Amino acid sequence: MFGTSTAFPLLTVTAAVPAVGAILTAAVPAARRTAAKWLALLVSLATLVLAGIVFARFEPGGERYQLTESYAWIKDFGVRYELGVDGIGVALIALTALLVPFVILAGWHDADPLETSSKRWRPTQGFFALILMVEAMVILSFEATDVFLFYILFEAMLIPMYFLIGGFGDRAHAGSDENAAAQRSYAAVKFLLYNLVGGLIMLAAVIGLYVVAGNFSLTEIAGARANGSLEIATSTERWLFLGFFFAFAVKAPLWPLHTWLPNAMGEATAPVAVLITAVVDKVGTFAMLRFCLGLFPEASKWATPAIVVLALISIVYGALVAVGQRDIKRLVAYASISHFGFIILGIFAMTSQGQSGATLYMVNHGISTAALMLVAGFLISRRGSRLIADYGGVQKVAPVLAGTFLIGGLATLSLPGIAPFVSEFLVLVGTYARYPVAGVIATTGIVLAALYTLVLYQRTMTGPVKEEVRKLPDLRPRELAVVVPLIAVLIFLGVFPKPLTDVVNPAVRHTMSDVQQKDPQPEVEAAK
Amino acid sequence: MSAPAVASSVHTLWTTAAVEPLEKIPAPHIEYTQLAPVLIVVGAAVLSVLVEAFVPRRGRYTAQVFLSVLALAAAFAAVVGLAAGGYGSTKAHIAAMGAIAVDGPALFLQGTILLASIVAVFTFAERRLDPADHGHRVDSFAAEAAAVPGSDHEKAAVRAGFTTTEVFPFALFAVAGMLVFPAANDLLTLFIALEVFSLPLYLLCALARRKRLMSQEAAVKYFLLGAFSSAFLLFGIALLYGYAGSVSYAVIADVVDGTVASVNPALAGTMGNDALLLIGFAMVLMGLLFKVGAVPFHMWTPDVYQGAPTPVTGFMAAATKVAAFGALLRLLYVVLPGLTWDWRPVMWGVAILTMLGGAIVAITQTDIKRLLAYSSIAHAGFLLAGVIAATPSGISSVLFYLGAYSFVTIGAFAVVTLVRDAGGEATHLSKWAGLGRRSPLVAAVFAVFLLAFAGIPLTSGFSGKFAVFKAAAEGGAGALVVVGVLSSAIAAFFYIRVIVLMFFSEPKADGPTVAVPSAFTTVAITAGVAVTLALGLAPQYFLDLANQASVFVR
Repeated sequence: MFGTSTAFPLLTVTAAVPAVGAILTAAVPAARRTAAKWLALLVSLATLVLAGIVFARFEPGGERYQLTESYAWIKDFGVRYELGVDGIGVALIALTALLVPFVILAGWHDADPLETSSKRWRPTQGFFALILMVEAMVILSFEATDVFLFYILFEAMLIPMYFLIGGFGDRAHAGSDENAAAQRSYAAVKFLLYNLVGGLIMLAAVIGLYVVAGNFSLTEIAGARANGSLEIATSTERWLFLGFFFAFAVKAPLWPLHTWLPNAMGEATAPVAVLITAVVDKVGTFAMLRFCLGLFPEASKWATPAIVVLALISIVYGALVAVGQRDIKRLVAYASISHFGFIILGIFAMTSQGQSGATLYMVNHGISTAALMLVAGFLISRRGSRLIADYGGVQKVAPVLAGTFLIGGLATLSLPGIAPFVSEFLVLVGTYARYPVAGVIATTGIVLAALYTLVLYQRTMTGPVKEEVRKLPDLRPRELAVVVPLIAVLIFLGVFPKPLTDVVNPAVRHTMSDVQQKDPQPEVEAAK
Repeated sequence: MSAPAVASSVHTLWTTAAVEPLEKIPAPHIEYTQLAPVLIVVGAAVLSVLVEAFVPRRGRYTAQVFLSVLALAAAFAAVVGLAAGGYGSTKAHIAAMGAIAVDGPALFLQGTILLASIVAVFTFAERRLDPADHGHRVDSFAAEAAAVPGSDHEKAAVRAGFTTTEVFPFALFAVAGMLVFPAANDLLTLFIALEVFSLPLYLLCALARRKRLMSQEAAVKYFLLGAFSSAFLLFGIALLYGYAGSVSYAVIADVVDGTVASVNPALAGTMGNDALLLIGFAMVLMGLLFKVGAVPFHMWTPDVYQGAPTPVTGFMAAATKVAAFGALLRLLYVVLPGLTWDWRPVMWGVAILTMLGGAIVAITQTDIKRLLAYSSIAHAGFLLAGVIAATPSGISSVLFYLGAYSFVTIGAFAVVTLVRDAGGEATHLSKWAGLGRRSPLVAAVFAVFLLAFAGIPLTSGFSGKFAVFKAAAEGGAGALVVVGVLSSAIAAFFYIRVIVLMFFSEPKADGPTVAVPSAFTTVAITAGVAVTLALGLAPQYFLDLANQASVFVR
């Protein structure tokens, strides 16, 4: 009944704890708001502990997929409830479990009901329950080795995300501001429709995959493809690849499918924006590595030139548009688009440094964006405005806030010594080995990143103190508890990325062998 | 066959008929136990008419509800008994002198129709939603159907607290017809079953307590167009008889295949004429596609769904669709497998039009009932995609989809009956704004139904949609799957719009209230949610059931 390597269904439990926690949180009575918050926080910490156990029990040198579980689920569709993690999955589960407690803590007051609300409307319980539900689905999707199971989670997580974006706005805009409510619901609908359309196109490809392969097991299909017992016609493989890739490119997001992200991140509260870009979007890039490359290696190689070009456009375009933003949160969103360009570039550079870099990039981008965005959220909640022009001289009034904001910003621009530097460097080196021109163009993204980050800091934090900013309080203990650990992790991983690279590198070697098995280009060239 | 031979055999036919004594006509052999589900419901329907005639007015409601639920439950038990006795698989055969098939698909669909009908009768029986009128509890149906709307007569009926308990016998007769429809094994039985369930439905549509003119208009439209489609069906049957010399499915199938040995001498001139076959078949198909609500035969759907009393709409949308798709499946798979290459292109076109048409037009709707009507059209398109697969998995996927869809539909319409303002049900979408803030539970339940309609994973809608699309892809209709997912994407837009409205819009000051229903509607809605989630999370058992039931007897 159980899988081979473990008798205790650790992976299921890791995902089930937040799921059950979500239901319990939602069931807390309306009046016991604070209890619901503490419950959600405890559940997310318990999940973090479980993720830590997963990380510890994972043996980097061992089997490709570990801690596997496998049960029959829907026999008729050839679907199994099949879990297993490789190093990439472990790293991203750790990222998710690490970030969610901070998201909850940062959003502590984001969903307090207004005095005017109906007594039966329980936004607080809903908010934290939805966050935990997203966490559960994201973790399970990092664990799923059954394509159908993954697809279900990929789609289902849109629903709680959608309610988080549309249902909870900045406190700054809450209440009577009809316009803000309309924009928020527009952003939520745009998010959902983009991702749903992507998902439905993937559904067609999932069905197509079933028709050619007869089951949904990632390991089985990839194995059958590798030993030649499953032949897929070249054109079919390409169509299937495109169906999958489209969905992941919407989610990731890749230019030109990115336009939902600035809306969603701009209108959502800062913690929810972090959830979108640092956690949920990672499912897209993760799935490119696991499913696009794992299932369709030939088609992936076929599509690489086009994808590299799109990734480069994402990098440069995202950064350029970020420079021109007047809204802090939208700026971070466009910066994220640029960073996702780097991740996708690293994945499709098809070199081991590129892919290791891309995986590290996913983790580091998650943490650094969380740090920057959450501090920005604290700032915005103080002043009640998202516009850069409404700020100035904050560092004189709230030095700790400004300092942490700077560190978050420096992490975003990949300053050496902070974690993202390592990953960005690896991606660039890996890309350069195969596509020198692309490597050079991608480097401009770094220059632009320095521009938008430092200009943002300069305009908001330095200069004369604006009148409305004069009374802004500095970070409170709760907010410090959010920011300080994140910065500590960033610096730790910047100086000592080994724990992460140890886990990730073997997994990347597996993925590389997936793709390169029939590739005439020797690995040696990539490793130079 | 030569002309003189025909003439002589015709002559023989006549003379034989004249000489043979009447006593020699054998008594029909009827397998009563195997027809028990239908017989129970018909018997209860007749009894229920008697109740209407002889039981005093104050006792009728209780008696009718009790009788209806009991009869439907007993019929369902009979279906289960038959299935357990192997009539769905090994013992499947043609009963009642070739008129009725007792096989897996028939039993599965009958079971689905009966369960859906029980839930629907619960919504018929609801009497708590409207405030008491002159001290009488009232339901969704007109006080006295014969009273002219707005007349003194009507006012008197309302004052006297009359209610139209006739809805229960109507429903039972309709159910009886629906049970026969997917099991009919000859074209005449098919036609009679169609009329038996259509006529009560026309009447039911006209019985709304509120907005009576609209309800009557809906009924007239439904009746006229329905009669029109019945005429097509009947004409098609006549042509097919001319083609095959028989109305029996098996014989027609044999003639289509060219395996038939004897030719009916009276029809020697027309038998085997492909023009008759194709035209006749097209007309029969039109009649069925009308009932299914497929584009371009869908025009009645929005008006009728909107005008009919909401419980009736739910019943119609669920049970009629099940019955009609059952009949369509049997016709295409039993009678015309030899014509697959002829009907598939046509059905492709119809399916594409239906999926896209339903989804696109739904976007512009502002009335929740019309919206659900167009959504039902789009769903008919998805079902047609499964029908087109022309494989056993096509049959089982359609069966599964029908089961999943009917409970979502009845549940959704039951929720619609709860949201009310001074004018009765508040069906205009603008009135649903902010419902999620005022009544989170009702809005959440409705959101579950909408997500199921949209086919979001973990709901029954997704399992069903996946099943039909998988069957279509396996049957070589990959392009149809692509159109299907595209129209799902379009459809998702308007389902989501309703969710946005309920949860993200500020409630209006004069918005509707949510009535607290009695146990009847609560049970109906709970059943809907339970089935939706169960079929979404663990569909395997029901897929197995549908698989076992996916072989037509011939």
